[in-house]
Amino acid sequence: MVKIEAEGKSYVAINDEIHQHAGDILITDCCGQRFIGAGMGNCAIKIQGIPGNALGAYLNGGEIEVFSNAQDSVGDTMNAGRIVVHGNIGDTAGYAMRGGEIYVRGNAGYRTGIHMKAYQNKLPVIVIGGTAGSFLGEYQAGGIIIVLGLNRDGKKIVSNYPCTGMHGGKLYLCSDCQDVLFPKQVTAHTATAEDMQEIAPYLEKFSQYFGMDLQQICSQTFTVVTPDSQNPYKQMYVTN
Amino acid sequence: MGQDYIYPEFEVVRREDRCIRCGICVKQCANGVHAWDKERKILHIDESKCVNCQRCVCFCPVHALKIVKSEAGFRENANWDNQTMKEVYLQAKTGGVLLSSMGNPKPYPIYWDKLLINASQVTNPPIDPLREPMETRVFLGKKPAAVQRDAEGKICCQLEPQLELAMPVLFSAMSYGSISYNAHASLAQAAKELGIYYNTGEGGLHEDFYAYGANTIVQVASGRFGVYEDYLNAGAAIEIKMGQGAKPGIGGHLPGTKVGADISKTRMIPEGSDAISPAPHHDIYSIEDLRQLVYSLKEATRYRKPVIVKVAAVHNIAAIASGIARSGADIIAIDGFRGGTGAAPTRIRDNVGIPIELALAAVDQRLRDEGIRNQVSLIVGGSIRSSADVVKAVALGADACYVGTAALLALGCHLCRSCQTGKCNWGIATQRQELTERLDPQEGYRRLVNLMTAWKHEIKEMLGGMGINSIEALRGNRLMLRGIGLNQKELEILGVYHAGE
Repeated sequence: MVKIEAEGKSYVAINDEIHQHAGDILITDCCGQRFIGAGMGNCAIKIQGIPGNALGAYLNGGEIEVFSNAQDSVGDTMNAGRIVVHGNIGDTAGYAMRGGEIYVRGNAGYRTGIHMKAYQNKLPVIVIGGTAGSFLGEYQAGGIIIVLGLNRDGKKIVSNYPCTGMHGGKLYLCSDCQDVLFPKQVTAHTATAEDMQEIAPYLEKFSQYFGMDLQQICSQTFTVVTPDSQNPYKQMYVTN
Repeated sequence: MGQDYIYPEFEVVRREDRCIRCGICVKQCANGVHAWDKERKILHIDESKCVNCQRCVCFCPVHALKIVKSEAGFRENANWDNQTMKEVYLQAKTGGVLLSSMGNPKPYPIYWDKLLINASQVTNPPIDPLREPMETRVFLGKKPAAVQRDAEGKICCQLEPQLELAMPVLFSAMSYGSISYNAHASLAQAAKELGIYYNTGEGGLHEDFYAYGANTIVQVASGRFGVYEDYLNAGAAIEIKMGQGAKPGIGGHLPGTKVGADISKTRMIPEGSDAISPAPHHDIYSIEDLRQLVYSLKEATRYRKPVIVKVAAVHNIAAIASGIARSGADIIAIDGFRGGTGAAPTRIRDNVGIPIELALAAVDQRLRDEGIRNQVSLIVGGSIRSSADVVKAVALGADACYVGTAALLALGCHLCRSCQTGKCNWGIATQRQELTERLDPQEGYRRLVNLMTAWKHEIKEMLGGMGINSIEALRGNRLMLRGIGLNQKELEILGVYHAGE
């Protein structure tokens, strides 16, 4: 394993070093350097310290593991690979993500999974262990977002306006969602055994990464939200 | 019928003495204007479906057809013209947002036509481009503020990545989806032969066109369609689309019905799913945020490609451009309010944004005033209609021009402004196979090369006439322009004297 000491280094220098060493990499003392792993296709990066914005942007394979918090835009436009964050993350994680997986032990900020897509055999998945901020799954066009709301001490599992403009994919919330207001164009129902089967592999990985009790998670009530139409704006226009 | 009936805008006139009943007009019209009436054994015309695309007129072998604007209409009224009334009726009937295509057709001032180009007489004689070399090449990208030398005094030639253009023109962003495969094939081949670039728009890049990567600009828009590692590395430059002249401030929306198998592949979304590009990039709320996207793209492509930021020309464009220049972008593309589109809400297209001429002059001046003009190149579009517009744009301060509508005209477009129906009879703005087949990419490519070759000659002649032998020497050279029929404020913004001054 190659060790990159991030202290005092710019993101350009760190990414240069990563590019020079294809293989396992450990970055230590990371302190807000952005774009780590951007556009990479075959990396195995472990990060100690806190990486900056756009961690793993356009990621196209490999795995990035962060042992503390990460900041905004984790996995922006990610196409494949996996990002595991042992702490909390900031806003717009998984923006327009098309494939791959993001696992977060703690909470996520605003606009998680915005405009997430799916394509052929690509199914992007985001699992948030804690709670999610406002506009969760905005414009969601595909993929699966799961929010577990663990240890939330009475806090709402998701803040305001989830699923605004959603027109594809599925959102799972580990809650009965009595206190969550969804927009008109989506339908929320209690997860069936089939629904739960669909996310079982992701929950299993989540529990493995963070040492959680899988049985305990799966025994809870989940709400599933899906859009009513792939074409929400069909009737809006008239040809002039 | 009844209250909603509106007399058709066009009348299709058939000269029966010439018509040989060959039925070509029936086959050529995807709108169903022409039909063979079996019982009456006549060719029937339903002019209510006519969009005046001229397809039947061009293909009638005996020139028996013409399309004329109907004299019929509502009672004349300078305030309530026919179109305005028609739009009210249409909305009263449907409750829909009006959707139009191509550029703003309203009679706003066209400043290109109010600017005149200089020529040398007696002193500083003109140059004959047929005899002497004329440089039309331009390089787009950041330029150093000063000459840098190493310890031994040698000039450092390490420049930021540049785009090299054989002439100061690029084909504008038009996505596969808004235009056809064959239209893209024509543009890509022509760009390669001409030594310029075409632009994927936000629709991703078809696998067949990766071969033209060295002449391709790949676009990243708010929907991020088709954006992934190979796509970013495929092009010569990456363009972040923040806005578009035809619809500033709003997003794009390709309806699911147009997302067929092939389109779904390039956009990388499921078939039949709406392709929604939200109005904003939801991770960009500031210049700092824009900088993050610029640098994430630079990092992902290891600083090998210039990054373009494209915005619509709007009221505060000079300050916006200054911000973009400071975001780390290499090139700013500004799209004027006459820019074309495959579909835009009518009200936005016709009422939002400002003319490109004023925007360009304001931006160039602002960047000079702030001493950062060298940090970015400027591309302008919306709309550039001829080589004269290109020369005027360069003299106002542009490094190069985006050309969209004129390129489509070269491919056969007759500007009927019905792209949004998806039934383009010329095989350009459609995905229906029987229509797309009508555009032969070899023919299309040849016509594009012809058009640009002609423009290049004309540009050289105009340059030569001014006694200038390179585009570089014309850029921002506003003394080569004079205004005609412009008021003091317009002259002040354009930074030109009035003719006669």
